[in-house]
Formats: sequence, structure tokens, C-alpha cells
Amino acid sequence: MPPSAVSEPVVRFPADPGVGSAIRGAFGQLTTVVAYEARKLAHDPTELLLRAVQPALWLVVFGSVFTKVHAIPTGSLTYLQFLTPGILAQSVLFVAIFYGIATIRERELGIVTKFLVSPTPRVVLVGGRTLSASLRGFSQAVIVFLLALALGVTLDWSVVTVVGVFLAIILGSALFAALSMIIASLVKTQERFLGIGQLMTMPLFFASNAIYPISIMPAWLRAVTYVNPLTYLVDALRQLMIPGAGGMFPAGVDLGVLAAVALMLIWVESRLYPRMAQ
Amino acid sequence: MIDSVLETNELTREFGRLTAVDRVSFAVRPGEVFGLLGPNGAGKTTTIKMLTTLLPPTSGEARVAQFDVRRQPNQARRVIGYVPQLISVDGQVTGYENLWVFARLYRIPHEEREARIREALEFMGLTAFRDVLVKNYSGGMIRRLEIAQAMMHRPHVLFMDEPTVGLDPLARDAVWAQIELLRRTYGTSVVLTTHYMEEADHLCDRVGILHRGRLVALDTPAALKASLGRVDGSLEDVFVHYAGEEVELGGAYREAGRTRRAAVRRQ
Repeated sequence: MPPSAVSEPVVRFPADPGVGSAIRGAFGQLTTVVAYEARKLAHDPTELLLRAVQPALWLVVFGSVFTKVHAIPTGSLTYLQFLTPGILAQSVLFVAIFYGIATIRERELGIVTKFLVSPTPRVVLVGGRTLSASLRGFSQAVIVFLLALALGVTLDWSVVTVVGVFLAIILGSALFAALSMIIASLVKTQERFLGIGQLMTMPLFFASNAIYPISIMPAWLRAVTYVNPLTYLVDALRQLMIPGAGGMFPAGVDLGVLAAVALMLIWVESRLYPRMAQ
Repeated sequence: MIDSVLETNELTREFGRLTAVDRVSFAVRPGEVFGLLGPNGAGKTTTIKMLTTLLPPTSGEARVAQFDVRRQPNQARRVIGYVPQLISVDGQVTGYENLWVFARLYRIPHEEREARIREALEFMGLTAFRDVLVKNYSGGMIRRLEIAQAMMHRPHVLFMDEPTVGLDPLARDAVWAQIELLRRTYGTSVVLTTHYMEEADHLCDRVGILHRGRLVALDTPAALKASLGRVDGSLEDVFVHYAGEEVELGGAYREAGRTRRAAVRRQ
């Protein structure tokens, strides 16, 4: 049935909306991309639940055993206390690093094309997608906090902690999701992407302070951890979550590094993303 | 009165040594349905990609509603709609949610948003399915949702790449009827590519025939048919006359090979 309100079939060219309106518009578009991801998760939350398995194994099995044997020197902290932020960071990494596969799937359909012909700045499209990755990161945080509670790990529950952890997850998710999207934009097929994704996660994880302190590492590996963004995420989370935990850097510095690297990667990907539709 | 909503001038795109689109010039009038025909690899999709700002031209220019697609891509994007050949709606969310996302990305004002979505769903006969996940839609419904999504911001030009490919005759007729209605109701110009001569004949006011990147013919279907000088010439005959049947058969492999190699190079 044709709509009752027939608009005039006369061509009118719209005026330019101006800079202030463009910025407000970009913010609205950014939240739209994130809200869209939230809708998808709401329709199919099974993925979120399945993702609880891995951190549970690490904390319950690995963490409990290594706490008993005292094999890893963690100073005044119990090993489980030391490990918990590391496993949260690991969860954030594992969720975000495969985020690019969604982009590849959307490219194989025509969805990337639809996004790119819309009047949405490329940096907003990419930024929105990377921020969306943090939604899954939040659900991982809830799982890790609940597991820690069940295992009797002493955590800091102050407002500063919660806000700080929230921020760290957003930055970490955005960083690794942007990295993942860059790889997706370059390799363009699921098979190649999966190969590279697998290849990257383990080195990022083991060459970091997630499950052991860098003080026990050989010098060359320690040097690698300093250029590994995961180290800064772990360092921030550990100081925020565990009372009395010392850090390599102040947490604010860690978050600053994560933010700077994330922004740089988002910028790079916003240049590469349009190639997905060419 | 503006006499064209879309103009190209010597529009050219090269991929390495292959010239996919070669100095193509044409104009589309307001409210016109314009068809781009041509065998595979003739440059139809490359042309559409340039006109929809997805691919920068190597040389030449194109303007949509007076906006240059290369220099003012964001303004151009506000006045065009695009229905790609591939599925462009998301199966994981509902029909309504697919429209909602694009209503917001196109910055349709808050107070108009719900009305526009409702109107688009009604126009495409999808009101009853608004809250159904799109993965449960039929092929025809998906196509109609895609058109609804591309229409909500009232574009001046709607681009459709092979709009009825893979649809059964009933769904195809429904899409044809919607394109007609769209033009009548909103005065939208439509630029479509198609392999089906019957479709071009039925829908298009004018057609351009692309062959090896060049625009080799451009006129109304009736005029093109008359130009053959035969009594009962069909658009199919016109196509064969300009694009050449033997070229389509004998050249298809080479053409496809060239386009695909170009595609691989671009990766």
C-alpha cells in the first residue's frame, strides 16, 4: 500500500549541515554502531555464556594448582590474586582479536558496502566497531569477577576500581579489535585470518605479564613485553583490582599508552576499511 | 528545473593495465529509471562503485545531485541509496532493527525516524514481519527490506546492482512494481544494472550498453530497437548487436580472467 503522505517529487539539494552538527551527528552515529552490536548480542547471547569456559579453566585449574606449588614468585600476593587480572586481560584479548572475522563475514555479504555508502565518517564506523568489542569484554569482566569471588580471591571493590576496570576494558578491547580489523582488511578471507589470529594470540599472551611477573623472564623476552600492549592492560588491571599490588608503571600511564595505541590503530584501519568494498 | 541528478564526464577506472571503465559519459534525469547493460566484465559494477563513492575514479568525474563523488563524497553519500547485488541486510537482527540502524546513520531526525521506518516497512509490504529476524526472511522479502533500507533517507538517486538476480518470477514482479511505485511516489531516479533484457525493457526509460568499459549505445529501449531497422527487433537483439553474441561467448573467459586477476591484484 502506498504511504498516504506523498512527498514532493521535486529534486531539492540539501544544504551542508555545518561543523557543529557534523560532530553531534558523528557521536550519534558512533553510539548507533555500538547499539547495533548490543542488539545482535541480545538476540543470541549463547556466545557470551560459552566464553565463560576459558577463564574458568585458567583460574580454577591452572590458578589453583600453581597457587599450591608456589612455583611463581608473586611477592605479597597469592598466585590467584596475581593471575586474576591477567586472565581478565587475556579474555579481553581473545574476544577482541577475532573481532575482525565479523568484518570479513560482512564483506562477503554486502553489509560493509552498505556501511561505506552511508554518510558516516570512516573513523566513526571503525571506532564504533572497535568500541563494540568492549561489550563482550564487559561480560568477560563480570564472569572473571564472579569466579574470583567464588574462589575467595581478595579484590578491591571500590568505585575507582570499577570505573578504572571499565575504562581499561574499553581501551584494551578497542586496541585489539582495531588490530584485528587491520589484519582482516589486509587478508580479506576467513581462512587466512584465522591462521594469523591463532598465530598472534599465544605470543601476545605468553610474552606478557599476564600469568607470571616479567622479573623471572630472560632479558630479551622482557624487552618484548614492553612493546606488547597486553602488558599495559594487565599492569593497569592488576593495580586497579588487587589491593597492594605494585605496577610497572602508574595505572594512568598504562591507560594512556593503551589509548594512544588504540587511537593510532583506529586511524590506520579507517584508511584500510574502505578497501573492503572495492 | 534541474535537468540531471547524475552526470558523468569521461569517467575512467583502470586496474593496472586493465581499463575497466573507459571514458564513460552520461546523464540521468530526475525521476528516470536508467539501465546499465553489458556482458560480465563490461564495467557495470565498477561504474556503480565509482558513482556510489566506493571506488575513486582514475580520471574523469561524476556528480550526484551536483556533488562530486571524489571531492565531496560525504555530501554525495547523503543523496544516494544503494542496493548492492550481495545481501546487504543483517540476518542476526530484525527487519525493524536493520532499518533503525540506517535511519540513524543517515541522521534522519529523531522526531521523524519512527514514521519513516513505519512508512518504509509498509511501502515494501513488510509491516507484519518487522520483528522477525531477517535470517528467517525469504529471498524476495530480503530484497524488499534492502530497498526499504536504501530508501528511508529519500535519496535522489537509487543505485541497484542486479536487483532481481536469483529471485523467483513472483518476487521479481513485486520488485519491479516497487521500483515503479518508488519513482511515482518519491520521484526517485533509479540507476540499475541487469543481465535481463526483459527487465531493462520493462523498467527502464533509457538504457546504456557497456562493452569492454565503453558506453557503446545510449537511448530509450524503443529507439534502440528501432535503430536495428528490423520489424520485430527485441532488446536482446540490440544487446547482441552492440555487445556481440560471439564476444559474450568467446570473450567471457578472457574477460572474467582479466577482472578476476585485477581483483586478486587489488588484494
